Amino acid sequence: MENVNSYLIVSAILFSIGTIGVLTRKNAIVIFMCVELMLNAVNLTFVALSRHLGNLDGQIFVFFVMTVAAAEAAVGLALMIAFYNNKESIDVEDVNIMKW
Amino acid sequence: METLFFLIITLVAIVSAILVTTCKNPINSALALVMTFFCLATYYVMLDAPFMAAVQVMVYAGAIMVLIVFTIMLLNIRVDASKKHSHKVVLGSIIGFFTLVNTAFIVIKGHVASPNGPLTGEMIRQQGHTELIGREMFTNFLLPFEITSILLLVAIVGAVILAKKKI
Repeated sequence: MENVNSYLIVSAILFSIGTIGVLTRKNAIVIFMCVELMLNAVNLTFVALSRHLGNLDGQIFVFFVMTVAAAEAAVGLALMIAFYNNKESIDVEDVNIMKW
Repeated sequence: METLFFLIITLVAIVSAILVTTCKNPINSALALVMTFFCLATYYVMLDAPFMAAVQVMVYAGAIMVLIVFTIMLLNIRVDASKKHSHKVVLGSIIGFFTLVNTAFIVIKGHVASPNGPLTGEMIRQQGHTELIGREMFTNFLLPFEITSILLLVAIVGAVILAKKKI
């Protein structure tokens, strides 16, 4: 088994790539996929630390993260479809009705 | 040998994660994301968590990605290369870079310490990972598990209401 630090570093790199994607992309679906990437990076941290500490609680928590991700996928994609029906676009810069 | 395998998987995971953020076409991003999910499932197998790997492949690479690809194809988005990025690219990259430096600093300088639990690799191989997870989930974590079902119900109702034209 590899050292737990190497898994944590991989997780940090994936999380940062996800952050850059969320902050720089304009397509709402790609932003959504980057959020999924960040959630997965956190899941990797949970599983690595759970194995390292010999405690199953982290892996149970990964289940709940996956559940929230599934719920988020359902609601978020429904939101995008509703927005596309209104504006014919899913660029986040077109979401400006509530802009001050 | 295992270190080499770990490095290869890490390389594939990071390259496909970069492809997720840089591809012009959302479909290509989605396929790269599936590749990342499979790499993460491989990590879970290496971490003695085969059940988590199976759930990762089924739920993420299966269900969620099918939903995303379905939406991409349903919306028929035009690929417009000229306005792929917003003008906040520099700022976003700087913030992402600082996130990486910060987390890597904490991981390298920090020391993982906690009272060690009873779980060992021998125990996982003997009893089976699925049984251990199931026992834990239906005894100590029963209440959160039940609350999860309410969350999923709310998500279903919300998705139906949002996608409907007229309620």
